[in-house]
Amino acid sequence: MSKKSGFLYSSIGKKIIMGLTGLFLIAFLLVHCFVNSLIFLNDGGLTFNVGAAFMATNWLIRFGEIVLFAGLILHIVQALVLTLDNKKARPIGYDQVNGAANSKWYSRSMGLLGTLLLIFLIIHLAHFWLKSRFTGLPGEDANGNENLYKVMQTTFTQMWVVILYCLSMISLAYHLMHGFQSAFQTLGLNHKKYTPLIKKIGLILSILIPFIFALMPLAMHFGLIL
Amino acid sequence: MSHGNMNLTLKVWKQKNKNEKGRFETYMAKGISPDMSFLEMFDVVNEQLINEGKEPIAFDHDCREGICGMCSMYINGRPHGPKEGITTCQLHMRSFKDGDTIVVEPWRSAAFPVIKDLAVDRSSFDRIMASGGFVSVNTGNAKDANNILIPKDDADDAFNAAACIGCGACVAACKNSSAMLFVSAKVSQLALLPQGKIEAKARVLNMVKQMDEEGFGNCTNTGACEAECPKGISLENIARMNREYLSASLT
Amino acid sequence: MASSPKLNAKIPEGTIENKWTKYRSTVHLVNPSNKRSLEVIVVGSGLAGASAAASLAEMGYKVKVLYFQDSPRRAHSIAAQGGVNAAKNYQNDGDSVYRLFYDTIKGGDYRAREANVHRLAEVSGAIIDQCVAQGVPFAREYGGTLSNRSFGGTQVQRTFYAAGQTGQQLLLGAYSALQRQVGMGAVQLLARHEMMDVVNIDGKCRGIIARDLVTGKLERHFGHAVLLCTGGYGNVFYLSTNAMGSNVTAIWKAHKKGAFFGNPCYTQIHPTCIPVSGDHQSKLTLMSESLRNDGRIWVPKKQNDTRKGTDIPEEERDYYLERRYPAFGNLVPRDVASRAAKERCDAGYGVGSSKMAVFLDFAANTERYGKIEASKQNIHNPSKEQIIKLGKDVIKEKYGNLFDMYKQITGEDPYEVPMRIYPAVHYTMGGLWVDYNLMTTIPGLYALGEANFSDHGANRLGASALMQGLADGYFVIPYTIGDYLAEEIRTKSIPTDNDAFAKAEAEVQDRITKLMGIRGTKSVDHFHKRLGKIMWDKCGMGRNKEGLTSAISEIQKIREEFWKDVRVPGDANEFNPELEKAHRVADFIELGELMCKDALHRDESCGGHFRDEYQTLEGEAMRDDENFAYVAAWEFKGEGNFELHKEELKYENIKIAARSYK
Repeated sequence: MSKKSGFLYSSIGKKIIMGLTGLFLIAFLLVHCFVNSLIFLNDGGLTFNVGAAFMATNWLIRFGEIVLFAGLILHIVQALVLTLDNKKARPIGYDQVNGAANSKWYSRSMGLLGTLLLIFLIIHLAHFWLKSRFTGLPGEDANGNENLYKVMQTTFTQMWVVILYCLSMISLAYHLMHGFQSAFQTLGLNHKKYTPLIKKIGLILSILIPFIFALMPLAMHFGLIL
Repeated sequence: MSHGNMNLTLKVWKQKNKNEKGRFETYMAKGISPDMSFLEMFDVVNEQLINEGKEPIAFDHDCREGICGMCSMYINGRPHGPKEGITTCQLHMRSFKDGDTIVVEPWRSAAFPVIKDLAVDRSSFDRIMASGGFVSVNTGNAKDANNILIPKDDADDAFNAAACIGCGACVAACKNSSAMLFVSAKVSQLALLPQGKIEAKARVLNMVKQMDEEGFGNCTNTGACEAECPKGISLENIARMNREYLSASLT
Repeated sequence: MASSPKLNAKIPEGTIENKWTKYRSTVHLVNPSNKRSLEVIVVGSGLAGASAAASLAEMGYKVKVLYFQDSPRRAHSIAAQGGVNAAKNYQNDGDSVYRLFYDTIKGGDYRAREANVHRLAEVSGAIIDQCVAQGVPFAREYGGTLSNRSFGGTQVQRTFYAAGQTGQQLLLGAYSALQRQVGMGAVQLLARHEMMDVVNIDGKCRGIIARDLVTGKLERHFGHAVLLCTGGYGNVFYLSTNAMGSNVTAIWKAHKKGAFFGNPCYTQIHPTCIPVSGDHQSKLTLMSESLRNDGRIWVPKKQNDTRKGTDIPEEERDYYLERRYPAFGNLVPRDVASRAAKERCDAGYGVGSSKMAVFLDFAANTERYGKIEASKQNIHNPSKEQIIKLGKDVIKEKYGNLFDMYKQITGEDPYEVPMRIYPAVHYTMGGLWVDYNLMTTIPGLYALGEANFSDHGANRLGASALMQGLADGYFVIPYTIGDYLAEEIRTKSIPTDNDAFAKAEAEVQDRITKLMGIRGTKSVDHFHKRLGKIMWDKCGMGRNKEGLTSAISEIQKIREEFWKDVRVPGDANEFNPELEKAHRVADFIELGELMCKDALHRDESCGGHFRDEYQTLEGEAMRDDENFAYVAAWEFKGEGNFELHKEELKYENIKIAARSYK
């Protein structure tokens, strides 16, 4: 037992937790992004609502949701622990730092980007998840499914929401850009042949996912899908 | 005595000892030649300070050819200054312009307390090494050297990892003061060689434990260490150490 | 000539091949339980110090190691580039223990002790084994075996190497062994500590006084034996390839307390260093001798030729080493190569803005390698550009780091233009006189590695310094120290409040107070530079009676002035690098005088000691075996007063002959 706790409390152990939860969250994003993309079928949200209903009622998914929240909380708590550790590791900072000379700004700003994403997440959850799970949705669609699509449409009529979502997706893009490949490095998966590939996939994912997400409020707001 | 025609303003961290608070002081470096090394420029400034009856700036240095790892200095926001792949003693004044203001700070890390001015205590590195950075072979135990055949690629990779000079630039460059590049270089070198494999598990566990106890921060893979390392130690070593650590912890 | 009765070299009986084996098997031993109560102090953490400390701790002795740097890994052994010799005969080119022994004696111009050198050759192979076992990443062939290259003064390939960082890798190996013992609690490290004096009690060395360089506090340390592994004293010349902190202080203090100083004037001037660029220069940088494997040394045939190296056609170049020494060519020993460069430059054929440099040119071999590479890669009729490109890649793989270093310092690209090189002070063959056990004339005080005088005679061959440092530390001292310590098992630790410790500390304190109290007008470096110039001009590559005589009186004047006018800023009770330097330079000044006296008394030319008066018509060194086949061991008799003792050198296994590399 002492060995196991040693691992979890070690710097590498903590980073591995960050990496694993991060990859897990990316996996969720992929699913989330796929389901939500159903709105682009432009069928008044009928297919989308089927997907949403499945996600809301399937017991496996509901269980997965708990794991997801646990993962998210672990990711956030671990980030806080690491940040505090790191503050302690350099009690007196530099007067001048030329970070641009040796690293990308977003790799140095994961905490800031993460915090922005957390704020977004709270608003985002309040917009949809809270309503879908607890306060209830306004009515059903033609198929008799709960009409989450309608909620989206309503929410995205407000300009500030659209702007907030788009900006947040930019944060997400940068967070993923470093996070994806960084997780592989932390897990020790660095190889002359495959690392360039991992980096490429990471770059594609970190642009594509947020881009598709950002399209949703934009498309709805400007009436490109009805 | 004049050597050249560059005039510079230096903003240098002064700190009497590890217990007292430090502050920046400004010095003028006059008559500097572009052929001088950065440390020779400091020699000139110090000579001038001594002649004026003032106290010179304390800094660490020894071999002055980029191999001992003694010189440090965080120059204009970068360890070992603006050029890549070199130590401060190999940095020449031709990398600066006449009239420049240069900010010089010590390595900053809880694990590297300042001794005086720009000199810091890096004995934490020695303690990490003492915790496992070796092959346990007593003098006289060895077999004939050519009885151990090592593929050239492994030998080359081990050599590249072993090129680390223990200067601490990786820690200084890292936003989190992480020592992962230093520790992983030694873990990698020995993990790549058959001689080191026997103790690989205990080595990585002990060295990481000691590293954490010394108060270094956590690696967040920004790659600043690799970019600033005067010996080009690769991030692959950190991945290899993570791998070694993970497998040592799980088995 | 008979040896002085004060010098008993304790060379074992028997044939040269059996001396060491027999001695090792019969020398006194200390049993394991007694080792635990015997304390050994090691001063210096380079190859000799770290390997000795680790090995002694492994055997069970209680060991303390002190060093002035912040970590044992920073000792200047780390800067050795080229390689380490060993008589392994892995290349099947006829190497043997005898040949390494012979080459070393001949390379040392017949001024080294046969028994010691043979022992060095015998243990050389074990060094490679030990280092490989530690994980030292030597260069390897594709088949996985170790790779070798050749060095000056030999006709076999026996040099093991790790790119241009062999010293670093060997030191890190020894350092890791040392740190392992530290982790086990067998060795105590004293970082940033400088030895200020040795403490003798009843004629034996019993400890040292050290200064904690961070707090300035003086400390007393007891030891049943003290090992000085403090390296060489090339910095007496101010400009040398030594590290800034390399100094003579430890061995000089020992000398003043009774240890004889052997052959102080034998200085190695390394032929391939980057030339001095201005008066701001603080140190010189070596370009490894391994470059002479592929670099050809030349000067223009015309005096004061100001053309660029690449503009001078082949037929107007004088490859003077190949011309003068066809058998060894560019790979003649260091002293020979250095003097030849000085001779050409003095005669007006030098190159570069200072005219004090010669070319080291890789063009010919770049082309040769390019052709080999092209045929390896099945490129038929390659163009000149293709060949050069392929050749450059080969050169880069072999010497990349050295080429980068050269470019960094000079701003010139050595792949495109020939390097400019000039000799610089590099190594000191002289040092404390030691017997076969490596013990100095003070019982219980030992000197290892470059700090002793023993194995290289008047000139050291390339890649032999690393060999000697590690031989002394790993394979000699662990045995020979038993001869002394076996008699000391009844000696309890002497409390450091003993009068001798108190007296020694008071003397050190007085000297510090005196230095701090002068508050003169000139910096320590000012005196150091002046001393260095005198030494280089008059006790450097060429020496003569007149120069040496005037040097001695000039140095005496500097000493007087130093103690009246030096300014040491700051406080004694803090981290004060200027105070450290002041101590060291004060000792260098005294040493400089002894070096000149030694050089003056030796009326011959041998190895690194070249007296203008003693040369052949062709400018080759003229040894005088009749009168000078001895080790000059100097006894300190008070300020500026030294008494000469001679240890006769007997050559029973090698026929002493004029050294020829033609």
